[in-house]
Amino acid sequence: MSSPINGADTAWMLISTALVLLMTPALGFFYGGLVRGKNALNTMMMSVSALGFVGLAWALVGYSLAFAPGSGFAGGLSQIALAGVGVEAQGSIPHVLFMAYQGTFAIITAALISGAIAERMRFSAYLIFITLWSVVVYAPVAHWVWGGGFLSSMGALDFAGGTVVHVNAAVAALVAAIMMGARKDYARQAILPHNVPFTLLGAGLLWFGWFGFNAGSALGANTGAALAFANTLLAPTATLVVWTLLDLRRTKKVTAVGAATAIVVGLVAVTPAAGLVSPASAIVLGAIAALPSYFGLLWRARTRLDDSLDVVAAHGLGGTVGALLTGLLAEKSWGSPTDGLLFGNPRQLGIQAMAILVVAAYSAGASWALLRLVNAIAPLRVSKRDEGLGLDVSQHGEEAYVRGEGALLILRDALPTAAPAPLAAAATVGAAGSRS
Amino acid sequence: MKLVVAVVRPDKLGDVLEALFRAEVRGLTIGRIQGHGGETEHVETYRGTTVRMELSEKVRIEIGVSDHFVEPTVRAILSSARTGEVGDGKIFVLPVEKVYRIRTGEEDQSAVTPLFPAPEET
Repeated sequence: MSSPINGADTAWMLISTALVLLMTPALGFFYGGLVRGKNALNTMMMSVSALGFVGLAWALVGYSLAFAPGSGFAGGLSQIALAGVGVEAQGSIPHVLFMAYQGTFAIITAALISGAIAERMRFSAYLIFITLWSVVVYAPVAHWVWGGGFLSSMGALDFAGGTVVHVNAAVAALVAAIMMGARKDYARQAILPHNVPFTLLGAGLLWFGWFGFNAGSALGANTGAALAFANTLLAPTATLVVWTLLDLRRTKKVTAVGAATAIVVGLVAVTPAAGLVSPASAIVLGAIAALPSYFGLLWRARTRLDDSLDVVAAHGLGGTVGALLTGLLAEKSWGSPTDGLLFGNPRQLGIQAMAILVVAAYSAGASWALLRLVNAIAPLRVSKRDEGLGLDVSQHGEEAYVRGEGALLILRDALPTAAPAPLAAAATVGAAGSRS
Repeated sequence: MKLVVAVVRPDKLGDVLEALFRAEVRGLTIGRIQGHGGETEHVETYRGTTVRMELSEKVRIEIGVSDHFVEPTVRAILSSARTGEVGDGKIFVLPVEKVYRIRTGEEDQSAVTPLFPAPEET
């Protein structure tokens, strides 16, 4: 019997995994540009560190809880620390590749939360929180929808993670923003993005990586992947155009931050629908998705809710609209397992709404409990003084835009006295010179 | 006329500006500077290089005011820039020999008197 592993599928999934992994540093740029310069590294590090902490937690526990054989509510523990995860076929690709691909989803989902608590969360508390969250919240929810859990048995459609990734992360973000409270300067001073080009760079790289996120979710090099790929191109085009028109109508100017946001909203919205709707439907979906997020952002900024980088408006509303419209626009003739409401299956919309509510409720409750737990171990917030100083210096001992004047080299006492003096002097000069 | 020069924490600038505008002090210049006022230095590490940052980011505010505005200006800055920790900054009040408003060529008192609301008589 020949191996069920397919070379083309494997090749595409190898590429997709790398594409999705790139989305996390891309998110770091997207978020990093939106904060003040004194918190730029901290904000970017919240994405970068997720690569390590969530990635490792995924290998040790998360993957098993999500995808090992288990109950309808969680996977079992049989694949803890990747036990039994080898190069045998999982579908038509090697099992380790499937595990790695899904791991990149866990990483970015946890990192998405960081946008809501930017510029004020203690870094150690953040690391503990997202690591636990990826195991306690992300892994079971992924199991419900993709690992054979109860939401998939109910028939919920979520092609690449509108509910599992975006609604899930956005609800956790909302809870975190409420529990952490607003930044001390929020609504008192103008808090402006310090590097909009970074945000545009991040949005561009996110779109690029999202082809792996959505088209890779077909788990093979097949027609579903091609459809998801095309829809991942088309939906954000419509969102971007509608957003631009809304911007023009409101301020008579087309904003760059708005464009970057629109791209993300379109990508989020098409995520659950990517391989299940026609390209024409994807365009309609992308266009519609602009509206709730656009007005959601405007409304949020007038409230006391300091969801600093608008995770809820972009990912929560975008993900919800996308998941509901999937229930409206899905078509069997385009590869969906069931039709949506507009194609003769009114039940699907209700199932979609139910899945959103279940995931939102679980994410809210579990995130709240985890944050309480983490707060007991390590306070969630930095001190007011450190918040004023900036989290780059106070949490990381580095600055994004270091000028270096007045920086005195600390030479280790342990250096042997025999060290040639000119070398030490040269190092001092070099260190000062390189940062001026 | 006096020149009020204040060196404050960058993250207090918003509060200071608000207090100054409330005190109806308009017309000022600011610049981002670095300085050292005895506060604890912080240590930064870049790979193997560990450095002590002896200079902190500060903002310098310069305000030319007529004599009776000195007191409100200084009080506004004192109350808004203070955190109580070392590094809050300094205020210097300097005598000014001559002031010209470039646009009109006005001198001295009338040159530092804001146009809006109605100019106060000198």
